[in-house]
Amino acid sequence: MAGKKRVGVLALQGDFQAHQRALERAGAEAVEVRTAGDLEGVQGLIIPGGESSTMVKLLEEEKLLDPLREFGRRRPIFGTCAGAILLATDVANSPQVSLGLMDIQVERNAYGRQLDSRIAHLNPQGMDGGLEAVFIRAPIIRRVGRDAKVLASYEGDPVLVEQGRHLAATFHPELTGDARVHLMFLEKIP
Amino acid sequence: MFLDESFRLKAGLAEMLKGGVIMDVTNAEQAVIAEKAGATAVMALERVPADIRKEGGVARMAPIGKIREIMQQVSIPVMAKARIGHFMEARILEALAVDYIDESEVLTPADEEHHIDKRDFKVPFVCGARNLGEALRRIAEGAAMIRTKGEAGSGNIVEAVRHIRTIVKEMKQLTVLGHEELVAESKKHQAPLELIEYVAKHGKLPVPNFSAGGIATPADAALVMQLGAEAVFVGSGIFKSSDPEARARAIVKAATYFNDPAKLLEASEELGAAMFGIDIAKLPESELLQTRGW
Repeated sequence: MAGKKRVGVLALQGDFQAHQRALERAGAEAVEVRTAGDLEGVQGLIIPGGESSTMVKLLEEEKLLDPLREFGRRRPIFGTCAGAILLATDVANSPQVSLGLMDIQVERNAYGRQLDSRIAHLNPQGMDGGLEAVFIRAPIIRRVGRDAKVLASYEGDPVLVEQGRHLAATFHPELTGDARVHLMFLEKIP
Repeated sequence: MFLDESFRLKAGLAEMLKGGVIMDVTNAEQAVIAEKAGATAVMALERVPADIRKEGGVARMAPIGKIREIMQQVSIPVMAKARIGHFMEARILEALAVDYIDESEVLTPADEEHHIDKRDFKVPFVCGARNLGEALRRIAEGAAMIRTKGEAGSGNIVEAVRHIRTIVKEMKQLTVLGHEELVAESKKHQAPLELIEYVAKHGKLPVPNFSAGGIATPADAALVMQLGAEAVFVGSGIFKSSDPEARARAIVKAATYFNDPAKLLEASEELGAAMFGIDIAKLPESELLQTRGW
């Protein structure tokens, strides 16, 4: 296909600009998504890091949960940190609504507070030289369903998981200059 | 280099707060209201700025019991204020494991000459600034987030507007200068050359740039976002209004839809009364908070 892939970034709150820059580094066109109408013509969507409780509040109030679920039934979605929490079927320690597009259980702020934020080195399959991973007040994926596949782990917990067309990371690939995780997501867009 | 691993983690949390609203709270009950309304973080303090202004006296770090209660009650990041230069209040807040410290002009300064050496801490700091030089001096000391000072507790947006406009204008000016002109700019702004060069190259601060000090309505939040702020702090504006819950929700919506007048109209309906505002031009110099720190 000629031309760049057009990828939306949910821009309700969080580090959506960092994702836009990462998408551009990976050779895609980035579009901010704040309303259901903004999803039109978008081939994939990134849900960024931020505060998942804030995003859920806005998604509910602006009636965006169903349009996003509908989008996810047809197109790929990539969630990082708060975005991974939103993709999960189950949020362990918070009675929080989510999109339920990936069969994973996620625990919010599972490493502790900001003082427990860290930068780690991962060795995902097929990535030469490993991958730097920035964890900020990150969640932990506690359970992975049968249809989901773990692509990278840290301290024994899955941190990068795919299920069909969707991808979830508990860390922030958008905060490094390395575009490989975003490229991996772009490959899911036909 | 200032962009080391620890600094990236500190500024990284600030990245996550972009497009959101950080709300001042004085107890756990208010913190829960703020979280339910969609705050991205809460700021724990002893009294809101409007009350500090009214009551006077020395304003210090909030009581530890109150901050701990807030940390137990909400899942969003909890920030707390320390006095300018009071590095031991900051050490205590770090030991408590708050997520961010605001070295704030709203509290009574502990040191009129020196700010805290923030590089030495693992916990991140946010500091106020009125212009680019002040912002860069705080970043040189290790601040991982800058906010405009505005005039806290005034309910008047004019100073926050002045400060964000000044910072944005001074950054733009640097981007059009030749490299040989930057040393003189470093002297003029009284800021390290390395940081002046960063701004000249990127047209922005190396840390997120938020706005504070006088935001009382959804329109105020949208205004400073339009002018270049990446998120907002609301101090007295929420809990000094007649309906804090509704106003908090409305300002959260305004921070997201700052470029969408129809959504801003929705956010501005049925809010009850805003906090009482003060004409800053009529305030004596000695009552200004923004002139604390340098």
